[in-house]
Amino acid sequence: MSPAQTLVDLLAGRCEPGELPPRAWEGVIGVARAEAMLATLAHRLEGASLPPSVAALFADQRAAAKVATAQALWEAEMARRALASECIEFVLLKGAAYAAAGLSCSAGRQIGDLDILVLAADIRRAENELLEAGWEWVKSDPYDDHYYRAHMHELPPMIHKTRDRMIDVHHTILPRTHRITPDALALVSDAVTTEGGFAVLCPADMTAHCAAHMLADGDLQGGLRNLWDFHCLTRDFAAADAGFWGRLDARAELHGLRAAVRRAARLARDLYGSALPPGWDEQVGGDAWYRRRLLARDDWGRPTDRWLEQVFYIRSHWLRMPTMMLARHLWTKWRRRRHHFAG
Amino acid sequence: MRYCARIAVGPVQFRVGSDWRRPIADLDRLYSAYPKDEARPADATVRLFAARPWRRWLRPSVHIGGDFVVPDALPLPLSMGLLAAEMAMNLQVALGWRRHLLLHASAVARDGRALILSGESGSGKSTLAALLGEGAWRLMGDEFTLIEPVRGAAFAFPRAVSLKNQAIDEVAARVDAARLGPRLTGTPKGDIRHLIPRADAIAAMHEPARPALLLFPRFGGEAAIEPMGEGEAFVRLTEASTNYVALGEAGFSALTRLVREVPAFGVTYPDSATGIALAEDLWTEATA
Amino acid sequence: MTDRVFRAAPADALCIEPLGAITAIFDRRSMQTHLVAPPLPEMLALMGEGPCDAALLTKRLEAAFDLGDTGDVRERVAERLDELAAMGLVTAA
Repeated sequence: MSPAQTLVDLLAGRCEPGELPPRAWEGVIGVARAEAMLATLAHRLEGASLPPSVAALFADQRAAAKVATAQALWEAEMARRALASECIEFVLLKGAAYAAAGLSCSAGRQIGDLDILVLAADIRRAENELLEAGWEWVKSDPYDDHYYRAHMHELPPMIHKTRDRMIDVHHTILPRTHRITPDALALVSDAVTTEGGFAVLCPADMTAHCAAHMLADGDLQGGLRNLWDFHCLTRDFAAADAGFWGRLDARAELHGLRAAVRRAARLARDLYGSALPPGWDEQVGGDAWYRRRLLARDDWGRPTDRWLEQVFYIRSHWLRMPTMMLARHLWTKWRRRRHHFAG
Repeated sequence: MRYCARIAVGPVQFRVGSDWRRPIADLDRLYSAYPKDEARPADATVRLFAARPWRRWLRPSVHIGGDFVVPDALPLPLSMGLLAAEMAMNLQVALGWRRHLLLHASAVARDGRALILSGESGSGKSTLAALLGEGAWRLMGDEFTLIEPVRGAAFAFPRAVSLKNQAIDEVAARVDAARLGPRLTGTPKGDIRHLIPRADAIAAMHEPARPALLLFPRFGGEAAIEPMGEGEAFVRLTEASTNYVALGEAGFSALTRLVREVPAFGVTYPDSATGIALAEDLWTEATA
Repeated sequence: MTDRVFRAAPADALCIEPLGAITAIFDRRSMQTHLVAPPLPEMLALMGEGPCDAALLTKRLEAAFDLGDTGDVRERVAERLDELAAMGLVTAA
């Protein structure tokens, strides 16, 4: 049994933690760290029968995750304060949104940059307000800056000069050049407000974005974590609202994300045991490649399938931009990497 | 990975994987006297690897990997594989450990109480701790001191002491050659030779000690002692900690308590003998 | 120009520890430690729970401490309030 499969089985509740040989844990821990899911696993297995050193490590992870979540939410609060004076509305995305909404996938979830969505019409004002409140551009070269502004769905990343945390300001959820164009206006206008006063995407949009982020935008780096988000979101939303799957299907259709959402649902079923409604529960041959890509880590947490990784990397770019542009982009990146090594 | 060492230092169980035998053989020798628990899964993983398969033989250079990596870390030649392993192990602790407040400081203990020495590399904190550890003190560690957040006790991390440059001869003259590792010459940090702590220090590595004295040594210049206020000690120790921010309020209360309860001094010293004498004097005063 | 109105962080959000000449303030919401010197801790304490601007806070400072003839206190209080806002310890009301 590969440690990645064991990790997935533990999260899905298919594997009894007390029956795992003690040394098998280090492969599981290695993969969980590499996938940024160690604290998620620690939460999932809170109270389970574990070797003492693993139990202690997991307790550390839970405590540290609590601090990290508070720090991430504070960034959202500081963004709120910065944008409040100009009354710029924004919607939290991804990790910060899950935490602000108190969703189950946020337990132990690592939150990197703060991702926010503003209306395209507000983006220059948002940029100005953030610059005034102490965020500054991450040093980048003119190619990157132009690339972001011309083709991406977000501003070039900014970092706060004293808190040292990054913010990504999006005006939609997929790059402008992507083959799919979600309805950004609908995303913002149908957003809902959390108890703490933050706007987050409505359940169906949040779930569709989760699938888009994993399957339409990325190269499946961190895919196990994103898929866990998807699994938890659909489970919790469906439990609270019997019509959720239908609503999800309709919103996915609106945003052009139906294929991504369906695939995410099938993968979540295959890996984490998600229960899918009739009509969703099918077998699709191509999914095997995704499963293989998601589980491709060895006992030392290393990627095991460089070729497959490369295929998904190129696929992610192919989806994001037209072919000629892709060729130019990869050429520029490749040349720069060579320079970097040579220098 | 092809070769693997399992090492427990203080509370941390490491596994070190390597594409080459030599760094693992060196580690096994340095850590042969440390307690072994083959059933215990590792807390931290280190990988020493060749970036391309043929670089295992052709101009072999050791890349550092593991749970945590520094993006632009330069590889080291295979002759410095032991240094690569040590740097990688330190990195995992510095970036990954959350159970204790981690101070970049050496420490020695006597009668269940700890003397903590915090300073940049070059301050001589390693050398002073190593020399004190050959006398009436138990060496707790030359790199990290772990503070338990709830009770404030210091815990040891007695990895093999990394002696640098002049300190090598100074210490080598006083210890059995069997306790010294191979001399690594021309490393980015100068010459390095590892010292295996005394058997009693290794045997006692899980025993806590109550912090009793905080010193901030500075090597070079006339002997001088300067009492340090709580505020300055606090600021310096936040800078000397790699996980203060990540610990949140637990780190804050551990550190405020430490600087309030423990007297702190800046100490300037021209040579090790003077440094040790000053430390012993201050210890006598602090623990009287 | 009218002063901006601020509100101090709720008392239970902060852990305030005087350490000799400086004061360490731990903010439980941000998990950040702020090291501050007088008069910032005093200002925070005098702001209370209600909204407060530089003019009001200056009055309270003058009542609590003998500030003597030290020039334009209000202007400097306004500057310090902006610093506290940048740290997140006070927020625009």
